[in-house]
Amino acid sequence: MAERKTITLNMGPQHPATHGVLRVELELEGETVVRARPIVGYLHTGIEKTMESKLYYKAIPETDRMDYLAPMSNNLGYCLAVEKLMDIEVPEKVKWARVCLAELTRINSHLVWLGTHALDLGALSPVLYTFRDREMILDIYEACGGQRMMTSYIRIGGLAHDLPLDFDKKVANLLKVFPEKIKEYETLLTENQIFINRTRGVAVISAEDAINWSLSGPMLRGSGVRHDLRKANPYSGYENFDFEIPIGENGDAYDRYKLRIEEMRQSLRIARQALDGMPEGPYRAHVPGVVLPPKEDVLHKMESMIFHFKIITEGFKAPCGSVYQAIESPKGEIGFYIVGDGTNRPRRIRVRPPSFVNIACLPALCEGRMVSDVVCAIGSVDIVLGEVDR
Amino acid sequence: MEFEQEVREFINGRFGEDVIAEDNFRNQLSFIVKPAAVFDICQALQEDDRLDVRFLADIAMVDWLGHAEEKKGRFELVYNLYSLKHKGRFFLKTRLPADKPEIKSLTPLWNGANWLEREAFDMMGIIFTGHPDLTKILTPDDLEGHPLRRDFPLTWEQPQFSWNKDDPPEVIK
Amino acid sequence: MGLEEKIPDSIILTTLDKVVNWAHKRSMWPMTFGLACCAIEMMSASMPNFDLARFGMEVFRPSPRQADLMIVSGRVSRKMAPVVKTLYEQMPNPKWVIAMGACASCGGVFNNYAIVQGVDKIIPVDVYVPGCPPRPEQLINGIMKLFEKVEKSSLKDRHEEWGR
Ligand code: SF4
Repeated sequence: MAERKTITLNMGPQHPATHGVLRVELELEGETVVRARPIVGYLHTGIEKTMESKLYYKAIPETDRMDYLAPMSNNLGYCLAVEKLMDIEVPEKVKWARVCLAELTRINSHLVWLGTHALDLGALSPVLYTFRDREMILDIYEACGGQRMMTSYIRIGGLAHDLPLDFDKKVANLLKVFPEKIKEYETLLTENQIFINRTRGVAVISAEDAINWSLSGPMLRGSGVRHDLRKANPYSGYENFDFEIPIGENGDAYDRYKLRIEEMRQSLRIARQALDGMPEGPYRAHVPGVVLPPKEDVLHKMESMIFHFKIITEGFKAPCGSVYQAIESPKGEIGFYIVGDGTNRPRRIRVRPPSFVNIACLPALCEGRMVSDVVCAIGSVDIVLGEVDR
Repeated sequence: MEFEQEVREFINGRFGEDVIAEDNFRNQLSFIVKPAAVFDICQALQEDDRLDVRFLADIAMVDWLGHAEEKKGRFELVYNLYSLKHKGRFFLKTRLPADKPEIKSLTPLWNGANWLEREAFDMMGIIFTGHPDLTKILTPDDLEGHPLRRDFPLTWEQPQFSWNKDDPPEVIK
Repeated sequence: MGLEEKIPDSIILTTLDKVVNWAHKRSMWPMTFGLACCAIEMMSASMPNFDLARFGMEVFRPSPRQADLMIVSGRVSRKMAPVVKTLYEQMPNPKWVIAMGACASCGGVFNNYAIVQGVDKIIPVDVYVPGCPPRPEQLINGIMKLFEKVEKSSLKDRHEEWGR
């Protein structure tokens, strides 16, 4: 018998199909992958360390830049964690607005995923559609936070400002047209024979393995585990909303595709409920010394101005203790573990990055399969390198 | 709440002498345990069908340098465990000394622990014995030190290039 | 083009410069090279709403060997810096670089141990586009500025600049 030889193929960090700067070292025997080793860190930004050096307030912009496809989810997770640490209760309106924005963020993230994933598999047109429609969500972001991507709109104890005047109109318009658009994407892919051949039965992971690999989000649900933090441990008022958690059966890339499409529909449903039921009220909690007073008060009331000044310059002192707050981001469970040490700066902010944990299972997804499946596997995990490397 | 009570009974019953204290800050259950017991507790929890603690969500590491807490041990490791069945979460915290931060790796129990531990090693310099591949993961290969330690400066650039590093010029006296 | 070296110093180019610059300007191929958040805005710029193709630039090339323009879209970490430099060196002359975003221009909000404080520390940059992230329009404007620069340059200067 001839000697079996393997070759080593290096994929990335500059490779069009690795969604940024992921690098994978593949050992191949012919076309079959014998061993795959993802190498990360090419975007290591030191975000955790930078956040530790800042006041609690000033760490918010850093969270945007982690998972830059879902900025609002990151803001939300961080702010909820600090609110838990400081024991702040936010007004009802804030909760509903946050839910609405978080769900739009989920759609935003899934749209980019859908476009790029299809692009990797050779379907060139979906990306044009998804990026076109994504602009609608970015418009809403821009109206809220003044920025297209890095909004930092959700703040500790509330929102940066009140919701913009035409928020209702814009979101209602989006909710009206989006179901049609999702149908449009589905006509492009769901029954596309090439797409099915390339995704069905590829990158399979069983439910048991998924739990053992600590996967979360669509990766876990795609394998048939009905776990969603929005239902399991509701935060920010998710217990008031009526929605379903879609799950997959086989745990392959096609199931995860179907699941994410269904999640977008559910997100629209939640956003609709949030918009219809949005109560009136203040957009920030009233906790002097911890939460920034509303801007209108700062301009007219002496006391508010002093608080504003104090919070901005020296921040607030957090108690000695640690909290963990996890939320269901589009990628999975994003958690913030914040340790306060009695001073105005956090001792430690640890982010539980869903993409980082999810991509670790890449070897399990593609060993023993073809090279072309690696691209599909990376795509279907849905990673954002900013969050993997932080 | 019921789940938390069960966990408390389970851990105190089987590992009573390893538990140093219990903490309930903001209704989050956490046990402070001895480092040597972490592996055994996790194994027992994973094997127990009733509690079903099968999901290792995260491993966080804290450096208490220069704080009153430091005398209990400089490094704190926080294992974040979750039960998918009971939807309950609790934490195991343990302290490691500054001179020898070593603990047994959880990779035999969870595949997911692999990268989390590598990250803890890279960023904080904690050694996990029995880990199959304890190498740097996020920082560049030539970076010395562990960035998340409190004594690692935030803004600092290691010289990447020196024209006479290997071959210092002769000094003429 | 390999031609520049052969032209003696005493000759001034006029029409040839115009022709070459026109050609360069009209078919500048950027490299598909996304680093971080700014890369998403770069993608948006080439998508239907902003349509970079209007300026003859939609051909993003995955290989540095076929590209003329490198858009450094995002933060360059210390681990990535050698890779960026290699990619730049792999690109054939003439080549241009746009530093997109605050991070690539000066380090942005990340003044720390992990990020190279401005990509100009490792490769020469022609145009800086500020913003975090810059809007797609802003990037397109940056590209227009680069076109202006190309228009004004001469084959011979470029030869001297590179020294090759
Ligand atoms: S400039 Fe801003 S948007 Fe661009 S890479 Fe840097 S942090 Fe991200």
